[in-house]
Amino acid sequence: MKTPQRLPVGPLLGLAGIVGFLLTWELIPRLGLVNPAFLPPASEVLGIFFSNLALGAFWAAVGHTMTGWALGLAISASAAVVLGLIIGSSTFLRRATNSTIEFLRPIPSVALIPLAVLLFGFNLESTLLLVVYASFWQVLIQMLYGVADVDPVASNTARSFRLSRFDRIRYVVWPTTLPYLMTGIRLAAAVALILAVTAGLIIGTPGLGNEIALAQSGGAVGQMYALVLTTGVLGILINLGMRFIERRTLSWHSSVRGEVVV
Amino acid sequence: MTLLKKFAYLIGLPALLIAIWWVSTLGTTNFFVPKPGVLADKLVTVWVGDRFVQDVVPSVTRLIIGVLLAILLGTVAGVLIGTTRWLRSLLEPMLEFFRAIPPPVLIPVLMLLIGINDQMKVAVIVSGCIWPVLLNTIEGVRAVDGTLSDSAKTFRIDGFNRLRYLVLPSASPQIMAGIRQCLSIGLILMVISEMFASSEGLGFTIVQFQRSFAIPEMWSGIVVLGLIGVTMSFLFQWTERRILGWYHGLREVEHAE
Repeated sequence: MKTPQRLPVGPLLGLAGIVGFLLTWELIPRLGLVNPAFLPPASEVLGIFFSNLALGAFWAAVGHTMTGWALGLAISASAAVVLGLIIGSSTFLRRATNSTIEFLRPIPSVALIPLAVLLFGFNLESTLLLVVYASFWQVLIQMLYGVADVDPVASNTARSFRLSRFDRIRYVVWPTTLPYLMTGIRLAAAVALILAVTAGLIIGTPGLGNEIALAQSGGAVGQMYALVLTTGVLGILINLGMRFIERRTLSWHSSVRGEVVV
Repeated sequence: MTLLKKFAYLIGLPALLIAIWWVSTLGTTNFFVPKPGVLADKLVTVWVGDRFVQDVVPSVTRLIIGVLLAILLGTVAGVLIGTTRWLRSLLEPMLEFFRAIPPPVLIPVLMLLIGINDQMKVAVIVSGCIWPVLLNTIEGVRAVDGTLSDSAKTFRIDGFNRLRYLVLPSASPQIMAGIRQCLSIGLILMVISEMFASSEGLGFTIVQFQRSFAIPEMWSGIVVLGLIGVTMSFLFQWTERRILGWYHGLREVEHAE
């Protein structure tokens, strides 16, 4: 008789955690532990958050941020897939490019902010430069791991059956690499959001980041917190969306099949 | 592979790229792209000396303090949350939400709450870096091998010894994966917090150069940031090999079959 009761305990506790957090947040400014001018109570911020949803300007800002995110992710992912397949399938290229990749990868993409401002000003291109640079490496590295993971027996079998280079990539390399690629894209999606928002925040390209900076400098503290919440919600939605796509594209793969059964 | 060949692979492509860059900027006077020689010269004249002490050292100090704090807090809280089932269920949705917030948006928030000072910048780094460490530690602690855990119980290994000899070693690959992510986030946040509100530091100085159109100087700053990133990445790889040597060895044996 205990099992049916135990099932919803986890989600219920999670809900209790959220409610507890909101209550704490509500009480801290109300009790005067922190000046309400710096941290408005949760109810006030949530009110602004929901009233934002009716505003066209709010959705325009979300649209700008998401355009930068989606375009940047698409550009970096396609470039990384092509380069990853080319570099990964040749030992010579892998060795020759290793030092350069390892050097360029840790360069923080925000270091490119001054360059982006000079080249593109406060436009979408500035956001794209940052997003593409940051998310490109995530995907490329995963592609290289994936291509290196191809089973040598399968690869040699394909070769002895005289599969063409294209067919070998299509039927042998691609299925092995796909799970790695999806992981890379999931990581890149999160990084791309960070940079898409940061570009707005620091450079001032249109979008949520810029709105946050404006709210902060204009003293609209409640609005600032509401926008910060919005970016968190976007992050959650992107995560969920990516996990969904991952499950759909990899439904044939054992890691996902196993997940469904358990 | 001979040492010479290894060296050729290491240096080949970078040398080629620099050569192309050198040749293609020979005749031009493109305002945005400095010549490699000028850049190398600026790198030395701008950054060696006073500016290194004034801008680079404080930035890097904040970065190190922030990252170390994040690692410490993240692992301690992670072990605690990971080993206590009800605490995990209680906090997990909240933690997932905080992780999903892009860390740079916390800069204006922390500026309000703490003010514009060194503590704010360290707090920004901690608040962004802690999530990958925390969540990876929770995952790692949860995934402790059941058989090992039962054996430990049979031998009555519990409390601190269980933590020291069972939980931490088996979670360490995951924890290190979290730390790797946290390093690059930390560097990003260090730069951004200085670009947003500061009067010194690397991020601030680079933006100053850009605003005054000192392009080669700006590029040299970007190179310095790159060098810091690369150094951190190498230091991490070295530490990881020391700490996880046994693990990688085990993996190699398992894969070789």
